[in-house]
Amino acid sequence: MRVHAQRAGALLGGLMFPAWSMADWTLNMTPGVTGTSNDIFSLHMTILWICVAIGVVVFGVMFWSIFAHRKSQGAKPANFHENTMVEILWTIIPFAILVVMAIPATATLVDMYDTSESEVDIKVTGYQWKWQYEYINEDFGYFSNLSTPREQIDNRQAKGENYLLEVDNPLVIPVGKKVRFLLTANDVIHSWWVPDFGVKKDAIPGFINETWTRVDKPGTYRGQCTELCGKDHGFMPVVVEAVPEEEYNAWVAEKKEAAERERQLTEKDWTMAELMERGEKAYQTACAACHQPNGQGAPPAFPSLVGTQVVTEDMAAHIDIVVNGVSGSAMQAFGNQLSEVDLAAVITYERNAWGNNTGEMVTPKEIFDYKNQQ
Amino acid sequence: MAVTGVFMSAVADTHAQDHHHGPAKGLSRWLLTTNHKDIGSMYLIFSFTMFLLGGAMAMVIRAELFQPGLQIVQPEFFNQMTTMHGLIMVFGAVMPAFVGLANWMLPLMIGAPDMALPRMNNWSFWLLPCAFLILVSTLFMEGGAPNFGWTFYAPLSTTYGPPSTTFFIFAVHIMGVSSIMGAINVIATILNMRAPGMTLMKMPLFVWTWLITAFLLIAVMPVLAGVVTMMLMDINFGTSFFDASGGGDPVLFQHVFWFFGHPEVYIMILPAFGAVSHIIPAFSRKPLFGYASMVYAVGAIALLSFVVWAHHMFTVGIPIVGQLFFMYATMLIAVPTGVKVFNWVATMFRGSLTFEAPMLFAVAFVILFTIGGFSGLMLAIAPADFQYHDTYFVVAHFHYVLVPGAIFGIFASAYFWLPKWTGHMYDETLAKTHFWLSFIGMNLAFFPMHFLGLAGMPRRIPDYALQFADFNMVSSIGAFMFGATQLLFLLIVVKCVKGGKEAPAKPWDGAEGLEWTVPSPAPYHTFATPPEVK
Repeated sequence: MRVHAQRAGALLGGLMFPAWSMADWTLNMTPGVTGTSNDIFSLHMTILWICVAIGVVVFGVMFWSIFAHRKSQGAKPANFHENTMVEILWTIIPFAILVVMAIPATATLVDMYDTSESEVDIKVTGYQWKWQYEYINEDFGYFSNLSTPREQIDNRQAKGENYLLEVDNPLVIPVGKKVRFLLTANDVIHSWWVPDFGVKKDAIPGFINETWTRVDKPGTYRGQCTELCGKDHGFMPVVVEAVPEEEYNAWVAEKKEAAERERQLTEKDWTMAELMERGEKAYQTACAACHQPNGQGAPPAFPSLVGTQVVTEDMAAHIDIVVNGVSGSAMQAFGNQLSEVDLAAVITYERNAWGNNTGEMVTPKEIFDYKNQQ
Repeated sequence: MAVTGVFMSAVADTHAQDHHHGPAKGLSRWLLTTNHKDIGSMYLIFSFTMFLLGGAMAMVIRAELFQPGLQIVQPEFFNQMTTMHGLIMVFGAVMPAFVGLANWMLPLMIGAPDMALPRMNNWSFWLLPCAFLILVSTLFMEGGAPNFGWTFYAPLSTTYGPPSTTFFIFAVHIMGVSSIMGAINVIATILNMRAPGMTLMKMPLFVWTWLITAFLLIAVMPVLAGVVTMMLMDINFGTSFFDASGGGDPVLFQHVFWFFGHPEVYIMILPAFGAVSHIIPAFSRKPLFGYASMVYAVGAIALLSFVVWAHHMFTVGIPIVGQLFFMYATMLIAVPTGVKVFNWVATMFRGSLTFEAPMLFAVAFVILFTIGGFSGLMLAIAPADFQYHDTYFVVAHFHYVLVPGAIFGIFASAYFWLPKWTGHMYDETLAKTHFWLSFIGMNLAFFPMHFLGLAGMPRRIPDYALQFADFNMVSSIGAFMFGATQLLFLLIVVKCVKGGKEAPAKPWDGAEGLEWTVPSPAPYHTFATPPEVK
């Protein structure tokens, strides 16, 4: 009983004051962990102090006038209204300050644009609302989704330490190496940002942008999408793990092996129960954001999948929509996002969940053949 | 010299005839009026209505952001709120308020009997309620209102936009027509109807800033119309201006939008510069310092505003040479803007200052707009912008230039000229309360946003990580305070219209200009015979 009361109390406290346990009154930018982010930080501090200095002078004169030249203090107005010398001076001095500022800013910018001689190349693709990371020299890639449980977002559970800044599969990079990012997007414009690296670049459909970083300190670094990309814009974080080189190499080898295993799974004979189980998981990650966990969707943008024609009647049309998407709508082409196994599982799940009991299933092999026919 | 030397003769003659034709009775007075004062009042009332509506949406936004987690609204609706808040405040509150002030004050300041094109004036006003009826009605449509931010970047607003996007485009077209006609009217009035003797360099600064603003409007509103028309074609007629899969370019959208968007921010601030340049000298009892350099500075800002648009796009991947050009050009704007701030301070220096409500708002304008200018200068530094871009630092920046800039400029103007409009003095105690509550609320709401942005909070998100919780709560409290305070302004104005101490023709002893030579309230028709300016 007492334990229950304590748990309930903790939950209630967490719900009512989610913030106080993590109270943070940070005022300033942090210098970050890369050369670029440190350069940016020092530019930021320089310009900030210049502004403070100008502010002190300008507001100083103003406050002096406010206190000393009040009518109630018997101030008599002077009658001057121009002074060419002063006016020329306060045009030239700010200009000179700007030139002084522009020099280091230009140098930093040139450095930020130098993406040559990279040692690792990673393609980053923005999707509504997740990131895909492809290691283009290593022939594997994966998606990175928000892993914060829905219950925390809806305030039914106390929020965790990395609320909204945690993912299922973080990006992994080696420390001490120049990593080049090639950014693009599949649907709308996104923007990939890791504050600690001083790296932010838009991911634009149809275009490839480049940027780079070199991280020397191992650790986990968190950021977010910073370009409004639709409903779940606030729910597609970026998490990067910088690890020592040996660890990175071992991780790459493991990932490659896993990719191979995934390909082999397509060959396996799947039962309905296995597909349903896998399908539910894949549905929750890939589909539930729009079509909702209960399949009800949010019409008209996101149609309901409960008892509707596409998921209960023509199977070929169902496969076509999931694999190729619906152009001109928010329905993406999942053909390249999900493996054949997951595609088959999701389609089977949708045709049999929430009372859609069609009893029909599609196997990974059939999906594989369907994709090859195209 | 300049404005201060302005004085006129023949006031008495002008007003002897004023009682021949007063306003029409009933609804037709307002529907059919061609009188600049009636139209000015309608613009101001419309603007304040929109200010309250857009403000109510800001309250929804701040209520949702009061705590982490989703409490009050879902992300879909949150995005509609941020979008509509921005659109309504920019196109419905700030721009019409300045057009209202222009309608009321330009003819009075230049000694003209009315605007040059009175029937068009009526039409430019009445288009606005139509446009906003369409825009606001999208909230009740299937799929909801526009949800892609007031900057409506493609392809989020085209391929992925809600069905109501076409209505939004139509509304923008109508607003654009209204603005362009208003601008033509302002230019025609100023260039053709000045009283004899009022040369360009003797024009009051509010007239100067509005003249330049009107040229900006004519230059960029067609660009906005162009970009929404391209969207219309992409959505409904199968073109691919902004769709990469059809050979289009999503970045083209941003170039065209910001070619409109950057001059647009000056459209929202230049008339406030003008008004403040009347108010500060009036309450300092000292002529404006550097009249000529004020005029040249506004001209320089307006010209530079056409070559800085890509500073909104430092992260889209424009080539480094372009990046450098836009960084340098943007930094340059600090020079003429600085000149204006220095001039205002020099006007106050060794004056004889009093702090009635218009002066309080004007002084706060100078201080807080300068803070917004400082953060603007920081944002201009391209490498640093990679950290600031699309974070709450930007939200803090533009709210500092728009709230204590444009909005405080409008409040200062309203208090300054209310006696002239209504014939009564407003309640000074209430007005000072309005000022102090607005001042504290506004700083409480927007200053912590600088910290949030620097700590890494992106803008336009309905929910946030826990380290942002404390400042968001502070910010929301400030926003509620600022929002509630604006109802007080409504009370003050209603009270002032209904009665109050009789206002003399010139209620402020330091004020200068032709508008103070006519009685208060200004008669329905003024300057039927032009005054002479020496």
